[in-house]
Amino acid sequence: MRVAENLNTALAALLAREPDLYVLGEDVVDPYGGAFKITRGLSTGFPDRVLSTPISENAVTGIAAGLALSGDLAIVEIMFGDFAALAFDQLLNFASKSVSMYGSRLPMRMVVRCPVGGGRGYGPTHSQSLQKHFVGIPDLAVYELSPFHDNLAVFEEMFARGEPCVFFEDKVLYTRPMGVVEPPFSVAVSGGVARVSLDGPPDCVVIAPGGVAHRALAAMRSLLVEEEIACTLLVPSRLYPFDLPDDADADIRAARRVFVVEESTAGGTWGAEVAHVVHRRHWGRLAQPVTLIHSAGGVIPTAAHLERAALVNESTIHSAITEALGG
Amino acid sequence: MTQPVTAVSPAGTPDDADLSLMLTIRAFELKLLDLYGKGLLNGTTHTCLGQEYIPVAIEGLLDPRDHVFSNHRGHGHYLARFRDPAGLLAEIMGREGAVCAGVGGSQHIRRDRFLSTGVQGESLPVAAGVALHLKRAEPGRLACVYVGDGTFGEGAVYEALNIASLWALPLLVVVENNGIAQSTPTARHLAGSIAGRAAAFGIDHHLIGTSDVAEIRRTLEPLVARVRSRSTPLVVEFVTRRLGPHSKGDDTRPAGAVQALREQDWYAWCAAACPGRFPRLDAEARAHIDAVAAEVTARGPSRWVQS
Repeated sequence: MRVAENLNTALAALLAREPDLYVLGEDVVDPYGGAFKITRGLSTGFPDRVLSTPISENAVTGIAAGLALSGDLAIVEIMFGDFAALAFDQLLNFASKSVSMYGSRLPMRMVVRCPVGGGRGYGPTHSQSLQKHFVGIPDLAVYELSPFHDNLAVFEEMFARGEPCVFFEDKVLYTRPMGVVEPPFSVAVSGGVARVSLDGPPDCVVIAPGGVAHRALAAMRSLLVEEEIACTLLVPSRLYPFDLPDDADADIRAARRVFVVEESTAGGTWGAEVAHVVHRRHWGRLAQPVTLIHSAGGVIPTAAHLERAALVNESTIHSAITEALGG
Repeated sequence: MTQPVTAVSPAGTPDDADLSLMLTIRAFELKLLDLYGKGLLNGTTHTCLGQEYIPVAIEGLLDPRDHVFSNHRGHGHYLARFRDPAGLLAEIMGREGAVCAGVGGSQHIRRDRFLSTGVQGESLPVAAGVALHLKRAEPGRLACVYVGDGTFGEGAVYEALNIASLWALPLLVVVENNGIAQSTPTARHLAGSIAGRAAAFGIDHHLIGTSDVAEIRRTLEPLVARVRSRSTPLVVEFVTRRLGPHSKGDDTRPAGAVQALREQDWYAWCAAACPGRFPRLDAEARAHIDAVAAEVTARGPSRWVQS
């Protein structure tokens, strides 16, 4: 099953199960079914709860917050995650604040879905990965679509938190298959973190969210074949608040080298937050500080050759790891 | 309606219950400025001096199951709904018994179906979302949202009005047009008119110039009933006056201009029209608020249990 189909199936199952769930967004109803077709078929099944909206990210996110305030559940699709900037006030100053600023905990069950990332030539305002801008906001959780995490379970977890969640979806994942890892690597998912590993202790640990996991895996394969470097990959579903899974400890103790990969441009990255967590827990035993691997600092160009040069990819990851390992 | 439209008092003045509530809100706001002057309050506040009759009139048209969204200038909205000066003052002062444990303070309050937020225009989309819920789950209930003339500078207002009209949402927008946004007169921040902006979205607009509570309710009752029965938005614009500063001591208007507003104030008008009962009710309201302030000030600090 492809990732887009898994996501679409999860949304349909949630709408069927939760009579108070709304799905809102621009052009989400049939026959269009959303710019990336993730909501295809949903409005036909649930016409009164799957609603196409005007081009009004601020109001639509506020409406979702109003529904959540009333005890309903809401999922907002932001057509391009870049436009979540237009919804930032509602997320920062209302939806997340409402969870605690009225003195007692107020559940706000809403998820804002943001298709993000480059690689499709959409240019500087339609290709960003905005995850880092939503890190560190009290009572706002950040998740990312992953080929290793079933979306129904992820959405159940997000709603169970009772706080607004932003769900980032790397657009290039939609057409990729769910959960496939080629031997000699194998995958196991536990506690919301997928662990892709080889038999035996790794030489390094790579932490990467779903959108770049396949690029990290490709680098891991070439590192193994060309350099005989063994890596363990950890793919967390929840990016913030970030917890290092307990079973990552053994990997990090063995490897003593940790890399964090993300597509974000340089500066104030999610990886810096992850590095802080790793440093606090493992500082004394690391061979070197955590290495951050991300896209270049600058806008994401449109032309294919320029975009390719700016975005983090398999070879960026490969060379960053060999360099850090003294290769 | 939970409260019938009140009978007209002599010379169109409010009945004792309404007048007493208006005077209580007035006394509360004056007490806040007094406490600030004495250095007894933390942070900031925005008083609704001159605008007290609006929530008193509107609450008479609302049901407790209707939602009310308030703003930074929201003490009158809260007091008209709950008649709870002690809980509100405790919230503003961070004392035991605070409505929101002292976390929200003056402009972030939630109680039952009342909620205020401190960012301009932010509550309109949220109120539209609540109205969407009500339309499906509790037909006949509405979401009432108080905004000021200054709020019309925010794009969120138009996004929300557009959707409220398109989706036929039971949304009652009460505009307290006090002619000034912080220090900027309406003529310098708002092109066209609020009526014109409502009309642009095909939303009914009604202008209220009087501060006669009974007349306001008589006029609005059928219009508000239509919001419920037809599930359509309505904008009610009050031409009103802000007698006090925007927040504490930041009034840059000439004294003469403020004095002219005072002469149009409901307080002066009611005092002149009701020489018998006005002084008694005013003294009672002030004594009540004095007692509340003394009692709340003596309380220990509020406790916030984070969960």
